[in-house]
Amino acid sequence: MSNYYESEDLKKFGNIGEHAKPLADEFFKYYGLVTGADGALTKREKALIALAISHSEKCPYCIDAYTTACLESGASPDQMMEAVHVAAAMKAGITLAHGIQMQNHLKKMVL
Amino acid sequence: MAAIAVLKKNATPRSKYDFNRLLEERGLDLKPLGVDTLQVNITKLCNQVCRHCHVDASPARKEMLSREGIERCLEILRDHPQIKTLDITGGAPELHPDFDWFVTEARKLGKHVMVRHNLTVAYDGHPITRESKEYLHDFFAANRCEVVSSLPYYQEYFTDAQRGSGVFQKSIRGLNKLSSLGYGIESTGLKLNLVYNPVGPYLPAAQAALEADYKRELKAKFGIVFNQLYTITNMPINRFKLHLDKSGQYQAYMDKLLAAFNPTAAASVMCRNLISVSWEGKLYDCDFNQMLEIEAEGKVGKAPSIFDFDFDQLMSRRIRFDDHCLGCTAGAGSSCGGATA
Repeated sequence: MSNYYESEDLKKFGNIGEHAKPLADEFFKYYGLVTGADGALTKREKALIALAISHSEKCPYCIDAYTTACLESGASPDQMMEAVHVAAAMKAGITLAHGIQMQNHLKKMVL
Repeated sequence: MAAIAVLKKNATPRSKYDFNRLLEERGLDLKPLGVDTLQVNITKLCNQVCRHCHVDASPARKEMLSREGIERCLEILRDHPQIKTLDITGGAPELHPDFDWFVTEARKLGKHVMVRHNLTVAYDGHPITRESKEYLHDFFAANRCEVVSSLPYYQEYFTDAQRGSGVFQKSIRGLNKLSSLGYGIESTGLKLNLVYNPVGPYLPAAQAALEADYKRELKAKFGIVFNQLYTITNMPINRFKLHLDKSGQYQAYMDKLLAAFNPTAAASVMCRNLISVSWEGKLYDCDFNQMLEIEAEGKVGKAPSIFDFDFDQLMSRRIRFDDHCLGCTAGAGSSCGGATA
């Protein structure tokens, strides 16, 4: 194994309970409850949110998994791309919002 | 004992996708429940070359059920009132020279006739003779055929990716024509059902939610109405399997189908209620088995055909399953009538 982020590793996610099975079991139960069924949000809406987060968190496993999940929930390519734009816009907005911190400090530093 | 050990050692190991073993493990015994539908694949000739087609249909195919074969199908329909529905498929079945006659004669027998119509053949016409097929919509309506048509998505991108460039626009034109004749409107009784197939190696979305999307989008954008949406899983055979093999995705797709095995869907598989007829007149448990040439179980040493059709024997047959059957039992299930669970 010489590379990080091997796509084949995605299917090993289920083995994450090795050495800490009770915690993993609780996690997967929670994960399934949140993402696996319609609730106040539909499965499709949840998949699109997860797709956006997959990008903002830069997780290639999640991008593959949630691209498929979006397709399997009937999402259109337009919806999927728009979700990625939401992530991108949030990232840009968050970066710019931190500019306030810079401006505040600038004001302190300038006579 | 040593000989048995050698035999066991040399026996072909059962595939991890062995459907029969899966049924045994789950205690499922799937016997025929009836023959409500005679599904006849009258030709492999088609004006389209879809990337997922399990028939490998194309303009180059020449297989056609003979006139004698069609006459025999009509006799079977006449003699078996329990077979209520004739489901005509292909290829593009309308390209068979006796298609119109087959439909009208089956209607005279009082049978419900379903046509698996690809929406484009009406405009493409016959790929060899160039004969126009634009009369088909009126013909369907006059004979009160149920029309079942593939439309992989309510947008162009997925539809053309699977069925070929320009197919979406032609399909919309065909659907508009069918709508104008009253198809898809409850009060007319003219049934128009659409078929969704995933455009790649993934499972279909939930049928009801996707149907709501299709109805909303097609009505708003094109004024099209229809009755039901059938979600159908892509079968890992023939042209789609070739794509899976080439792209290195066959095992992952089979693993997905296996992991999603649903016993409720298994209990409702369509082969328990229909018989599939090939262009040669041979009988199969379903259209997929037909394409894999897995013949239905007949009398000892003899494959059954329309020429020795024996209803009682078919009811007592053992349905033949294979790895590809996982496609019909994954998730919400899949059949020619959509989800089953």
